[in-house]
Amino acid sequence: MTTPDWDGNLMAGPLSELFALDVTAAVVRCRGCGSATEVATLRVYGPDPGLVGRCPGCDDVLLRVVRTPDAVWLDLGGVTSLRVPAELPGPSA
Amino acid sequence: MTLVLDVPDWPGHLPGQHVDVRLTAPDGYTATRSYSVSAPARGDHVELTVQRVPDGEVSSFLADGLAVGDAVRLRGPVGGWFVWRAAQPEPVLLVAGGSGVVPLMSMLRARTEQDPDASPPFRLVYSVREPDDVIYRDELVALAALPSGAGVRLHLVHTRRAPDGDVRPAGRLREDDLVAPGWEAADAPTCYVCGPTGFVESAADLLVGLGHAAEHIRTERFGPSGP
Amino acid sequence: MDFVTRGFQGRPRGRDDRLPPGQYLTADFPVLSAGPTPGVDHDDWELWVATEDGTRHTWSWAELMELPSDTVTVDIHCVTSWSKLDTEWRGVSLDTVLADVETAADFALVHSYGGYTTNLPLEDLLDGQAWVAFEFDGDDLRPEHGGPARLLVPHLYFWKSAKWVRGIELLLEDSPGFWEQLGYHDYGDPWREQRYQGD
Repeated sequence: MTTPDWDGNLMAGPLSELFALDVTAAVVRCRGCGSATEVATLRVYGPDPGLVGRCPGCDDVLLRVVRTPDAVWLDLGGVTSLRVPAELPGPSA
Repeated sequence: MTLVLDVPDWPGHLPGQHVDVRLTAPDGYTATRSYSVSAPARGDHVELTVQRVPDGEVSSFLADGLAVGDAVRLRGPVGGWFVWRAAQPEPVLLVAGGSGVVPLMSMLRARTEQDPDASPPFRLVYSVREPDDVIYRDELVALAALPSGAGVRLHLVHTRRAPDGDVRPAGRLREDDLVAPGWEAADAPTCYVCGPTGFVESAADLLVGLGHAAEHIRTERFGPSGP
Repeated sequence: MDFVTRGFQGRPRGRDDRLPPGQYLTADFPVLSAGPTPGVDHDDWELWVATEDGTRHTWSWAELMELPSDTVTVDIHCVTSWSKLDTEWRGVSLDTVLADVETAADFALVHSYGGYTTNLPLEDLLDGQAWVAFEFDGDDLRPEHGGPARLLVPHLYFWKSAKWVRGIELLLEDSPGFWEQLGYHDYGDPWREQRYQGD
C-alpha cells in the first residue's frame, strides 16, 4: 500500500473558497465503510490535477476539489454527511 | 528563509494555520503552494518560513526572485484543526520532522508571548537529519534555557549524524524520544505532529503505542517537497 | 486571470516546436496519482472490453502477451504542464484489441484497477493512436507509472492514458470520467490547450 504525500489539512485553502467555516475540522462519514473522521485526517493525493481526499479507513474517495482558472469544482459523493463545527472561536491576534 | 508579508487588514491567525501563496506568470500559468505561518501576527505583518526545495519553482522564486515591495496573491489564514488555542489548558507535546517544525514554532512563539507562568507546559521533540538542519536553533535553545517555570523543554533527534558527544546516537525517532522530554500518556497532552508523511505516520504510531489517545493526536503531513 | 507576480515566469515553457502551448520540457517522469498504487499480479490481471449491448470480451495477461505488440516512440504531455519527448513504449495496439469487437459505439470509458476512469471518443483509440502499454524504456512498466499495463494515448493529455487499465466500456453517449466530472476537458487536445471544460 502506498501512502499519499498529503492529508486533509491541505484542503483548507481550496475549501475556504466554498465554505464560510473551516472544513478541515468538519467530520465526514464515509459512504463506503461508515467510519467518521475529520477532513484534516483524510489521505490526500495531489495537489495536481486536483485534490483527492480518501477515507483513512477504507481508501474510498470521499471528496475531491479541482481549482480551474475560473471555477472551483467540488465532489462530496463519497460522504453521507458533513458535520461542520459552527462555533469555532475567532482567530486571536 | 523567513519571509515577512505585509497584508492589509490581516484578520489575525491561530498558531498552526497556514496560507496558500499563488504566483501568476504573464502567460497565465499559476503555481500555488501552502506555507505555515511561523509566528503570531504583528499587526498586518505575516511571517512565513520557506524552505528552499531543489528545483522548486515557487520556493526558488520566493527566495531569489521576490523583491521587497513586490506583491503576491495570498489566501488565508486557513486550517482550523491543526491549531493550538491559547485557552487550551492541557500540556502540549510537539513532534516535528524537518521543516514540519514551522507551524509548531508558531505555537511555541504564541505561548511565549502570553504569560508563560499561566500557560501550559510545552515539550518539543524535533527530528532532523544532522545538526545543521535545525531551524530556529538559537531561539529554541534560548526558550529551553528559560527558568523551568517557563515550561519549555526541547529534545533533538538526529537521524543521520548526531553532534559530537551527543548521548543519543543518530537514528530514527523511537519511543523513548517521545518520553524523553517528560510527558507520559497519563499527562494527557495534546500532541501535534508535523512533518513528511512517513515521519508523521511512524510518530503517530509510536504515540498510540505509548498509550496516547488517538483523539489527542493531531497530525499534519507535508508532501515530499516540503512546505 | 489573477494579477501577474512581478518577475515570475515559472519553468521555461514553449521553446521547442514540439512543445504544445503552455508546456515545459522535463527529463524526469513525474508521478501523479489520485489514489494508492494497486498491486495487480499478472496471474490476476485481466483486460475486458464491454460493448453497448453488454457483450464482454476478456484477455488474460498470457493472452495479451500472445498478441502482436509494437514498440513506439512518442511525446507525452501532462495537463500539469510537463512534457516529455521521445518516450519509448511497447504495447498492444488498440486496433488489435478491438479488431473482433462488434460495436456501434462512438465513445469509450476506460476503467482502471483502483477505480480511476477516463472518457474519450472511440475513434481516438483506433488507427494506430492508442496502445495497452506494458513496457517503458525497455523495461517492465513500473507500478507507479501504471504497471502491469496502462493505456497510452499520446496525442491527448496524459490523464487520458489511464494507469492500471483493466477495462474499456464502449458507449453510445459520452460519459465523463474521474477528472472530466470535475472540470477537466472531455477531449483534452494539448495542441488546442483543452485543459478544462470550456477550453
